[in-house]
Amino acid sequence: MSGSMAWKRYNMRVIWLSLLYAIFLLGAIYAFKHQLLSGLVAYVAAILPALPIIGIFGAIGRYLVEEEDEYVRMLMVRQTLWASAIALSAATIWGFLQSFNLAGHIDAYYIAVVWFFGLGVGGCINKLTLGAPVGC
Amino acid sequence: MENRLRVLRAERSWSQQDLAERLEVSRQSVNAIETGRYDPSLPLAFRIAELFGLTIEDVFESPSRRSSKAI
Repeated sequence: MSGSMAWKRYNMRVIWLSLLYAIFLLGAIYAFKHQLLSGLVAYVAAILPALPIIGIFGAIGRYLVEEEDEYVRMLMVRQTLWASAIALSAATIWGFLQSFNLAGHIDAYYIAVVWFFGLGVGGCINKLTLGAPVGC
Repeated sequence: MENRLRVLRAERSWSQQDLAERLEVSRQSVNAIETGRYDPSLPLAFRIAELFGLTIEDVFESPSRRSSKAI
């Protein structure tokens, strides 16, 4: 989005959190596949992969606090609003389809996946409407 | 919001990057303000005006005055 120090810090945080996510996810898959966990530890292991994802949400918030360029900050705010609108709309539609037995069950964490997809869509909308050089 | 940023910049032979560095913002911010796609906050508008040694009204055209002119 920009070459600011805040953007560089954001990228570094996302890289480290993504790495952590991969480690936690692979570890959890291995442990559950081989039935190594039970009780409270199983719950903790199941939640661990979610924490870096939550961390990425936090990193976006931190970026918005640290970014000093108000225009660039506004672009990211627009992106996150698009992401939220798309993810919540998709979740609501799918929820009703599921309630009326018109669609199958989808794991709730896919909302986060749709949210990150929406972040990309928001970048494209910024590009189309403002000509902003944002990744899309 | 209409503004004279491009003219003021051209008078000093500054590129958008030059102006961006002086204002400590990104070049895309300068471009967005210059083309009227983004209205700067009051603190940034003051910084821009002060950089050129002008008042905000000398740099930015008031939207309300612009609409009253049209009437």
